Amino acid sequence: MDIKDEIFAGWMRDDGPETDVVVSSRIRLARNIDNLAFTHIAGHDDLDKVLRTVEEVIKSTRDLADMKIIDLDSLSVFERELLVARHLISPELAQNWERRAVILSEDNESSIMVNEEDHLRIQSLLPGSQFQKAWEMANRVDDLLEAKLNYAFSEDIGYLTACPTNAGTGLRGSIMLHLPALKRTNQIGAMLNAVLKLGLAIRGTYGEGTEATGDMYQISNQITLGQSEEEILENLSGTARQIIYQERNARSVLLKEYRSKVEDVVYRAYGLLKNARILSSEEALKLISEVRMGIYTDIIKGISASVINELMVIISPAYVSKVEDRELSSYERDVKRAELVREKLSSISIL
Amino acid sequence: MLCDECKERPATVHVTQIINDQKSEVHLCEVCAKAKGHLGFAFKPSFSVQDLLAGLIQQFSEEPELPIDMSFRVSDKCEVCGMTLEDFRRTGRLGCGRCYDEFREQLEPLLRRLHGSSKHIGKLPRRVGGIAHLKRLEGQLKKELQKAIASEKYEKAAELRDKIHQLEKDIKRGEVS
Ligand SMILES: [Zn+2]
Ligand SMILES: [Zn+2]
Repeated sequence: MDIKDEIFAGWMRDDGPETDVVVSSRIRLARNIDNLAFTHIAGHDDLDKVLRTVEEVIKSTRDLADMKIIDLDSLSVFERELLVARHLISPELAQNWERRAVILSEDNESSIMVNEEDHLRIQSLLPGSQFQKAWEMANRVDDLLEAKLNYAFSEDIGYLTACPTNAGTGLRGSIMLHLPALKRTNQIGAMLNAVLKLGLAIRGTYGEGTEATGDMYQISNQITLGQSEEEILENLSGTARQIIYQERNARSVLLKEYRSKVEDVVYRAYGLLKNARILSSEEALKLISEVRMGIYTDIIKGISASVINELMVIISPAYVSKVEDRELSSYERDVKRAELVREKLSSISIL
Repeated sequence: MLCDECKERPATVHVTQIINDQKSEVHLCEVCAKAKGHLGFAFKPSFSVQDLLAGLIQQFSEEPELPIDMSFRVSDKCEVCGMTLEDFRRTGRLGCGRCYDEFREQLEPLLRRLHGSSKHIGKLPRRVGGIAHLKRLEGQLKKELQKAIASEKYEKAAELRDKIHQLEKDIKRGEVS
């Protein structure tokens, strides 16, 4: 199957460490080529030059030559959005797609965005909590590129980036956490405040309401300069460990005090996903979150978390539209979404 | 990324709102998130498109202040990319690697404010001269030496001290040549 039609990506596997709470870990390194204008003011010639240069390096480096180069210009809007839904490119790259490219490893765990805010954004994305391995992977790709590219670098400030908030290591580590029990025990606000106090950044997705849709929160480092890569990642992992511990505690309290209530929520969610005829993406995200909680509290068995991760892509507006390959009305999309979810779950019988 | 509101502090609260499959994003610093009642993601009143628009309009009507020394000559331009400090103040982005040299005086305090430091201690590209690597190694060995002394591992400490002396010689020789 063509890479742009796939749903799956490596981070969706359910065999990573701590996947009961941690969906995925991502490392991103920002790099620029010396003596060329940064992307936001670069003219067509400069952007093309970056693309050509990087392409040459990939093709001529034995350990990178297997990576697939995808020109974003050659994709439809739905195909670009689907890459966003699979977390393989940033929303920014999908929006400014002209003279942009993404270079993907076969397992989709390593990628390089070309002409994003910086000339190069080297990414590695793994299931569960594994910053160390993700850092080793991105670092290796960086070493291979650096052997042939002259990066914009200063001994004092480090890697020079378009935005000064990324200068220094150019390293952004992010971890995607699923926190349904912290939410249901009203501890999310306090936890997020504490995370901000530690100098970390948080990202949440919202619908009409005031609570994060799907209970997914992403936490990442804000500081990129004056700390080593190891210190930055240790700080992030330490915070993540605390949150994982708190979430597990909250889950066992919920199960102990309200077992029937939790079971009811989980089975209702599963029943709706399996039978609904109209599904908005907001409702789908909520139901998927509840089923995910059911899987990791052993309430339902026979369905794996990687199916749940795939569902998160299947329900995305990009995928639903791509299947039909045309712009759908929101009603049409909700009907099609319900159909796709039923299809995905049809072969599964829970225990 | 700098805060959408004040363009002064780094954005640490990122909010994506999806209504009817339409996505909107806003990036705020802790102060602005708090001022807008957005802290802790307990939005009351809930975040609206109106807020986003108001933010955008404010951004255009008020000159956002960056905490950098603005006593520069307007003609100060980066010789590689042609970017001015004025451009940087407007976009929050530099134009090329050379800009960091050209606007160093103004950038240093900003970097310290954003990161608490303006000195890189992380990875070095291999092509950066050997001395930078030696200096980095020297720093690491000095840290290890302190640890060894603190834990009374004197044999290890002596070993480390010899290594550091040798490194210092190499660095001096490298700098002279
Ligand atoms: Zn602000
Ligand atoms: Zn410049």
